Amino acid sequence: MRVVGLGLFSVVLAILSGCGSDPCEGVSGTCIGLEEGASGTDVQTALIEVSPNSTIAFGEGTFNFAVDLSLDVDNVTIIGQGMDATVLSFKNQQSGAQGLLVTGDHFTIRDIAIEDTPGDALKLEGVDGVNIINTRVEWTGGPKETNGAYGLYPVQCKDVVIDGCVVKGASDAGVYVGQSDYIVVRNNRAEQNVAGIEIENSTRADVHDNTSTKNTGGILVFNLPGLEVENGAVTRVFHNQIFDNNTVNFAPSGNIVGLVPTGTGMAAIAAHQVEIFDNDIHDHKSINVGIISYVPTGKPVDDPTYDQYPTAISIHDNRISGTSDMPTEQLSALLISAIGEILPNGPFIVPDIAWDGVLDPNRTYTEADKICISGNGDADFINLAWPLNEGAVPSQDIVPHACTLTALAGVDLP
Amino acid sequence: MKRWLFAVALVGCGDNVSDESCAIDGAMCKHLSSWNLFDDIAAQQPAAGVIPYDLNTPLFSDYATKDRFIRLPEGQQAHWTADGVIDLPVGSVLVKTFSYLHDRRDASLGKDLIETRVLVHGESGWHGSSYLYGDSRDDAQLAIAGAIVDTSWIHDDGSQRTNSYVVPNQNQCKNCHAEHDSVLTPLGPKARHVQPERLQALVDAGALADAPPADQWPTPIVSLDYAGHTPTGTLDQRARQWLDINCSYCHNPKGAARTSGLFLDWDETDMAKVGLCKSPVATGRGSGGLSYDISPGQPDQSIIVFRMSSTEPEIRMPELGRNLVHEEGVALVREWIGAMQGSCAR
Repeated sequence: MRVVGLGLFSVVLAILSGCGSDPCEGVSGTCIGLEEGASGTDVQTALIEVSPNSTIAFGEGTFNFAVDLSLDVDNVTIIGQGMDATVLSFKNQQSGAQGLLVTGDHFTIRDIAIEDTPGDALKLEGVDGVNIINTRVEWTGGPKETNGAYGLYPVQCKDVVIDGCVVKGASDAGVYVGQSDYIVVRNNRAEQNVAGIEIENSTRADVHDNTSTKNTGGILVFNLPGLEVENGAVTRVFHNQIFDNNTVNFAPSGNIVGLVPTGTGMAAIAAHQVEIFDNDIHDHKSINVGIISYVPTGKPVDDPTYDQYPTAISIHDNRISGTSDMPTEQLSALLISAIGEILPNGPFIVPDIAWDGVLDPNRTYTEADKICISGNGDADFINLAWPLNEGAVPSQDIVPHACTLTALAGVDLP
Repeated sequence: MKRWLFAVALVGCGDNVSDESCAIDGAMCKHLSSWNLFDDIAAQQPAAGVIPYDLNTPLFSDYATKDRFIRLPEGQQAHWTADGVIDLPVGSVLVKTFSYLHDRRDASLGKDLIETRVLVHGESGWHGSSYLYGDSRDDAQLAIAGAIVDTSWIHDDGSQRTNSYVVPNQNQCKNCHAEHDSVLTPLGPKARHVQPERLQALVDAGALADAPPADQWPTPIVSLDYAGHTPTGTLDQRARQWLDINCSYCHNPKGAARTSGLFLDWDETDMAKVGLCKSPVATGRGSGGLSYDISPGQPDQSIIVFRMSSTEPEIRMPELGRNLVHEEGVALVREWIGAMQGSCAR
């Protein structure tokens, strides 16, 4: 069976007699069509033999794979017939740490679904130019620890757009952008993942107009130690709907997201230059917005270049509501003891915005490094003064944070 | 014994194979025989100028055995470079045949040939692919998309074993052999990896130039009993050698696993990067509920051991080229971690 035969004409690989229309219909330029029934070998062969500036078009239906797929050709577009019409299913995958691995530059995928990978669904490593559009990733059995870790997973990429996608059930993060630069994550829906959307060790990210709900944590921005690309900075999180992220944390322990308290709306962890504005954040059991250093994780940091203290965090003009009285997991102990210090006779109500209060002992903080909180209606605040037993006193005084930072510039993609 | 699950030969449909040539650049030729590497493919009898070599510590490949060969372009030599890499000139071909012995206790009982991988040094760098043996042992056919082959054999302990052996596709070759931006590189032939008697044979054949005197060669480290060679070196050297061979082709600062921050190459001296008290990054179920890649003195609390001991696709390490657990390798790394002092308390 040959899959090739390219040129000006599109070629349809019709294994089963076609009942659908030509998957390449309407595609300009060179296109390889793959109809339902195409085997894993057929698809992988197409992914190897595809020439640059071509499209691989999947027809309607479900395509099943026993091993992972990979693409290392530049300027390739993969399309399906819609995120509910074309499904790449990895339910029976026997080998491979992800469903589809992409290492070719200038990659686009759209209008397709990837389901039930044992590991990550779509991983893109070192790709310059990523466009993931109207793509669905789902673990169809609902949130489970045995689901794969990441849904959409660009790492060490540049110029990344994730737009109009739906990701459900990831046991780590639905949308995870790691160690990357120039990132736009917009108009997506993340549901029933541990972390809905996560920006990690990345620089220049705009996360906007997304809906993140029913995850353990809605949107996370953080930095981890010990990586090739670290101390990510400049993230804008704006005009998102972040609500009811109260799914019990189902991450396998040992992972950093396993520490995210169930019921977290937005968290900035060891993050730098983050502007959180114009979001609707509500109804979280633990905390609506958290700003935390890496220190309370208790994990060792054997990395002299890593800055584990958050700096320049601006939280302004959000609509924050739905105060909790039942924080969970690690944060619970912190909050209960801190609030107990302030209000020994109750009532026990968790403030909307919490900061662990940990400062870098070796840094002289300037106005530009501060955590600034303004214009968030009646959202209240707590400085948790972690760890409590070292003399610092928890405080609900928001006045030290009544400041504004210079607005961050938006991300300009080429 | 072997059975074919799916292995679509990519030849046929009118391809005229009789006149194919195997240029060092461009598309790979369709048949292994077209490379003229063997006088007898079924017996793996190399042709003149095709030199066998072997490694001190081989990469584990699901208990497959390997025959390795180098062919240099006519009239040219490989060069021993100062940093110990054997520099192979453009036109060189590296050949590796994967087989299953019928009975690992007695190689004379024969073996099933599964695949031969051919890595070619072209003008624009290395490229390669695998050739699959079907029912015929006399030739193998190009299989750029890989395959799964069911195999069975009698193991070292006399037990009957089976495997769904995965022949890698062309991208997966790159996944292990490539550094950043897909520069394909050979994995094996650093001088310190090649068995000294084979190095000597290369020198004697006039194939390897600039080699220092034999008494200045790096001490070979044999991690485990292998092909009649008993282990050499300290426990630390043997474990690091095993990790170097089995993990560092991805886990190095330029490899596919560079994003993990875990570097297992022989030259890495920062133990935090080798995994000591290192928290996992994007590990998912691979963490096994454990906190650190290496927890000193506690192999059962170390993610490296957990992942080496798993056969699940999203957990196991290495990701590629292994379905089965390398029991001897796991035992070695367990012993190494078990002997470490200290703790990861912050």
